[in-house]
Parts: sequence; structure tokens; C-alpha cells
Amino acid sequence: MSLLEVSDLWVSFPTADGLVQAVRGVSFSIEPGQTLGIVGESGSGKTVLTQTLLGLTLGGEVSGRAVFDGTNLIGLPDAQLRRFRGAQIAVIFQDPLTSLHPLFRVGWQIAEMLRAHDRSLSRARAADRAVELLDRVGIPRARQRARDYPHQFSGGMRQRVMIAMALSLQPKLIIADEPTTALDATVQAQILDLLQRLQAESGTALIVITHDLGVIADIADDVLVMYAGRAVEVAGKRDIFYRPHHPYTKALLESRPNSSAAGRRLRPITGQPPSLVRLPPGCPFHPRCQYVMDRCLAEEPPLLTVANGGAHGSACWLPGAATGVGGEAEDMRGRTVTAGRTGKAARVAAAIADSPEAPGAAPEAPGAAPEAPGAAPETEEGVTA
Amino acid sequence: MTGVRPTAMPAPDDVPEAPGGELVRVENLVKYFPVRGAGLFAHTVAEVRAVDGVTLTLRPGQTLGLVGETGCGKSTLARCIAGLIPVTAGRVIFDGRDIANLPRRAMRPFRREIQMIFQDPYGSLNPRRRVGAIIGEPFTVHKTATGAQRKRAVQDLMDRVGLNPEHYNRFPSEFSGGQRQRIGVARALALRPRLIICDEPVSALDVSIQAQILNLLADLQQEFGMSYLFIAHDLEVVRHVSDQVLVMYLGRVAETGAAGQVFDSPRHPYTAALLSAAPAADPDAAAARQRIILTGDVPSPIDPPSGCRFHPRCPIAAERCSQEEPALEAKPGDPALEAKPGNPAHPADPAAAEPRGPEGPAHLTACHFPLRAGALPGQAEVREPR
Repeated sequence: MSLLEVSDLWVSFPTADGLVQAVRGVSFSIEPGQTLGIVGESGSGKTVLTQTLLGLTLGGEVSGRAVFDGTNLIGLPDAQLRRFRGAQIAVIFQDPLTSLHPLFRVGWQIAEMLRAHDRSLSRARAADRAVELLDRVGIPRARQRARDYPHQFSGGMRQRVMIAMALSLQPKLIIADEPTTALDATVQAQILDLLQRLQAESGTALIVITHDLGVIADIADDVLVMYAGRAVEVAGKRDIFYRPHHPYTKALLESRPNSSAAGRRLRPITGQPPSLVRLPPGCPFHPRCQYVMDRCLAEEPPLLTVANGGAHGSACWLPGAATGVGGEAEDMRGRTVTAGRTGKAARVAAAIADSPEAPGAAPEAPGAAPEAPGAAPETEEGVTA
Repeated sequence: MTGVRPTAMPAPDDVPEAPGGELVRVENLVKYFPVRGAGLFAHTVAEVRAVDGVTLTLRPGQTLGLVGETGCGKSTLARCIAGLIPVTAGRVIFDGRDIANLPRRAMRPFRREIQMIFQDPYGSLNPRRRVGAIIGEPFTVHKTATGAQRKRAVQDLMDRVGLNPEHYNRFPSEFSGGQRQRIGVARALALRPRLIICDEPVSALDVSIQAQILNLLADLQQEFGMSYLFIAHDLEVVRHVSDQVLVMYLGRVAETGAAGQVFDSPRHPYTAALLSAAPAADPDAAAARQRIILTGDVPSPIDPPSGCRFHPRCPIAAERCSQEEPALEAKPGDPALEAKPGNPAHPADPAAAEPRGPEGPAHLTACHFPLRAGALPGQAEVREPR
């Protein structure tokens, strides 16, 4: 049985502008000791998804199930959820400075958390345990450092303190929400290394939320790609990077600068993510998708099995065999798209291809085709083809 | 010094040529910030050595990538070059004139030649002003265009950076992050500067939008021929945009050279560690490489370590490193000292085949024990794999 099994989770927030549909029917599961990477851009719903598990999305309308170790967390009263927060499921946030209380010593804050969950623990024992934890996450001179305030720590050291707190109650699952985004590259490497080492020691399951594909390539076993509140592709790490199926995943990988293409033009994704209040009809990615077909405008694709007996799923109408970035897969995509594109979809495709970033357009032609009319208002330029 | 230059979109062939093939030369630039003690009339008790003797050159139409961790002084260096803060010592030669610490009035003509694009597209645009006014502000400040002429120039700029010129009257809040960064680019471009300092221009943007802005910057450089001083912490981005790279550590230059040389055959252990720590979006490469995990944090620039500033964190530091500061110099065995084109040290790097001016930037390293040339970071003779 999975440690955590989320099925058909929906979260929306009523706002003055309308209903914000932050998470729309996401399902995933995670096993003990496993690392799941959740990738997506800002506003894709990746943070809301995990915060909902802990009842941290106040004011949200939530439906669906999230069974953790036999208990459905969704709709659980707050008093009962408290037994899970921190103790069974710990969270590491992006910005450790705002997650730590500035006026209390770091060691005290860890000890306080220990005592909040175990009333029988004496102050002295809790303080000792805090020092042990700081030592375990690699903070030098832990006993002295426990008496320092958060502002006396560097960013990387503060993130270590957060990890120490997350570990303190031996949780079964740690959710790390952009744990290294605020850190420098060399410190990021230290923190990712530490997370992996501690995970191997304790067998904790780990969910890493990030926008950085590099972090995912480093640390994840399985990957969930989110777009506009949907899980658009779920697969093992190697499948995501080497045999992507969903055009968004593929475009995301291709838009990154990499050393083999140094000096050449990048291939950005046209336009920008949709508003979660007014989602486009059909597939939410269709206004930016170079493989747009008639069907994509009308029907939103469910997560369909692509390969590996369901382990690789993709929410796209392209045939399941069209995975990867090779010529054969590209041919298959091309044939499907030619057959499935008439009228309106052809106009959307033309608008994407006409944007100034289209590969044929000479870079020195200034201001060609300022805006794609009709299809996608506010279109930013750029196309991948 | 060119005199009055057109402010509307001029013909693309109007590319400024600087004498001597250099647009900017920075010599031994030093910037210390005073640390004051407590009390009203407190005197200086210490100094933050943000930039401590940096020398660099930037050619017209080229991009210099500035790399380093938080607190290494890269943003301070950029602000000194732009004349936004006074320098403590050293020279900033722009187009043949020393502009370091020029009086306000004398600096004014140079202000329009040097523009900046900031990291945060939210914080760097006034939320209460309309986009047309924000982009048109440089014309007003420098009194180069007014009224209908100004509006037309602004709309030309908006069109050029991929914004709809009809959105002239909108507020910044009505635009997405990527579009706001385009507004910032248009504002920087308004006076046709010869140098644009880009301080982390894409760091705050989503991955799919980053590529749009990077392509736009590349197109504008090709069209108008300005130079970029490009600061970013994402090494893949720096590698992509840069002709030359300067790696900084604690206010000093650790290594500099052509982008291909520095990235493909780093000689300084710090550069190698930075490269090995940079996340690559490729699981096999991530698994195969040996990450050099540096211990500890960057030391305080108030009291930098003796000798080589990197020695407390350097995996190959020796006795000499803590006593003697290494000079920034070319190291023997460097491919840069031998024939360059077709050199197997840079295979399949189209950037390496590009013309780089007569002699190309030299590959300089400040280290007593430089790494073997051509050794990739993962294979470098550096201990401490994971």
C-alpha cells in the first residue's frame, strides 16, 4: 500500500474575480522512501496541491481524497490534522527566514516543537535533542549555534535548521516546497546532498516541489508535471527527461539553454500560462501548443496511459507511442496533427507559428507580427517547432 | 564620445564603434562600504570589501557574463560601472574617458550610454505610472523627445520588444512578469545606450518565459550592437549569452576568459566547483558527474581570509594558499595559449568558432595550483566526491 494516495483532488478559491481553480482533479501516490518531484511554473497549483494535504489552504473549496497511512486527510477536523502536521508529514518551505521566528533562539524553536508534540519531554532533554538535530544536518559547533538567532545564520544554514526541524519528529513524509530556490548553486548542492543522505538514513518519503528541472534531475525518482492545476504528465524521471510525451513537458525541456546549443537561439514556449479564473476550453495548453488539433479545443484530455503499464501517463490527445524527441516520434506527431487539424485549430496553430519568435522569422526583422490576433490575447512571442 | 544621437528607432547599421576595440575598461576597481559603530557620531569600525581590485574589459557588441555567489560583489561592481555609487579607488574607462566619480553634470551624457535592466520586474516599475510614461521617462529626463514624437518613439519601442503598442496607457499591474520585463527592456533601450547592464534579468521569470526574454536580448544586441554586462547565477544562462565570462569570489576575480574556455576547461577550483554544483536538466549527466561539494559558506567580506580568499573552502588548498595571494594570470598548458580554432578542447561549441576580435580574450586564473586544462569539473583532480 502506498504511503500517500491522492485521488481526484480539486481545490478552488472563490475570489472577487471569480472562482480560481487552483487544482483540478490531480491523482498521485508515493511509496515509503521514494522521492516524487512536482514541477510546474508559478500558478500551476503545485504548492496548493501539497498544502491542501495539511489543511493549510484556508478558504479553499476542497474535494477528493488523500489517504495517508490509512487515514483520509481531506475534511479531517483540525484537531486531528494536528497529529499529522509535523509529526507524520513535515514541510520545508522556500524561505527559511520567514519560517523561523526572528525573536527566539534557533535551538529553543526546535525544542519547543518537540515539546509541543511530546508533553512528557523535559526542557533540558528537548534542548539536547535540538543540538543533536542541528549536528545531524551539518551545522558546525551545534551547541553554541543553538543559542543564536535566525538572523545570525546564512541562507544555507537556515535551510539546514528548517530541515532539522522537519526531521525532529521522524516524519514518514517530508514535503519540501522549493527548498533550494533562494540559495546559491554551491549551497544548493550541499542541501540537496543533505536531503538525499538523510532520506537514505531514515527511509522517509520526500515530495520536492520545484520549478527547476535541474533539481528534479538530481533528486527525484518519479516526476509529476503540473500545468494550470492539472497533472499533465506523470512518469519515472528518465521517461520525463528522455521520453517526454506531453508537448508542455517537451517544450519545457527544450526551452532551457544547454551547453550543446550554446550561442544558438533558444526555443521558448509561445505565450504565457492561462488565468486560472478563465481557463481556455479543451486542453489548457492548446493556445501555446505547436501540436494543437481540433479535438484539443473541444475536449480536455484525461491522464492517459502512454507506456509502462500506466506508470507513464500524459494528458494529451497525441497517440501514446509519440514519446521522446527523436525523428520517428516527431513524424508520428506531425502525421496526427495534419490529420486532426482543420478550421479553428489550424488558425490557432498559424497564430503560434506567426509569432515573431517563429524559427523562420529572421531575428533582425523588427516588430514583425506584433500580436497574434484572436487566438491568444496578450500573446508573448515565441514558438517551438 | 558621439554627440547627440537619434532617439527614435534608427537604421540598424548605426552601430557605434569604439576606438581601440574597447567599450569599457575597468582597472583595479575597489569599492569598500564603511561599517559604522553604534551612536550618533560613530566612526567607521570596519569595511565591507565588496569589490577589491577588479580589472575587466568589454568590447562593443559583446556580452560579458558575471558569475558568482551571493555577496561576491558582482552587483556592486555593476553599480560602480553604471556610476550609481561612487567608487573607492580604480578607474572605469568608458569609451576612452575615466567616468569613475565624475561630478553629476559631467556624468550626465554618460548616463544615457549606460542603462540597466533589473531582476525584479515588479519592484523596478512604478505601479502608479502608466507604461507609456515609464518607457518615455528617459526621453523626458534627457530632453530628447516630447509630445507626439515621444509617444511615437515609445510605441516603436513597445513594438520592438514584443508588447502591443496599444497598451500604452496600461499600468504595470496589468502585465504578466515576462511582459513587465519587456517594459524594463524597452526603458533601457529608449536612449539607444551602448552598454546595458542586465542584473539577473531572467531570474524572477518562469522557465518558459526566460527563453523569450533571452532571445529578445540577443536580437536587440544583433540589431543595435550594444554591449551587455550580464549578471546571473544560472550558469547555463550565462554560458548561453556570454562571449566572455568573469568569475568572482569575495570581491576578486577568480577566473576570466572566453565563455567556452572557462566553462569547458575551468582552471580555478572554485569555477570547477560552481560548474559541478550547477543543476543540469539531464538525469544521466547528474548521476554521472562527481559533484564537488564545497564545505561551509562564503566568508565575510569584512574580514576576508588571508592569501587566496578561496583557500578555507578549497578542496586542494595547500600551505602557500593561505599566505600568498595568487595573481590573475594566464596559466601554462592553457588551450588559449595555443591555436584556438579546431582545438579539440572545445568540440561542438559553435560559439568557439565565432570571431572574437583580433586576439580574443585571454584565459586568466588566480590560483597557485590551477586544474589541468581540459579536465572537466567531474574529472578534475579534486578530492571529495560524494
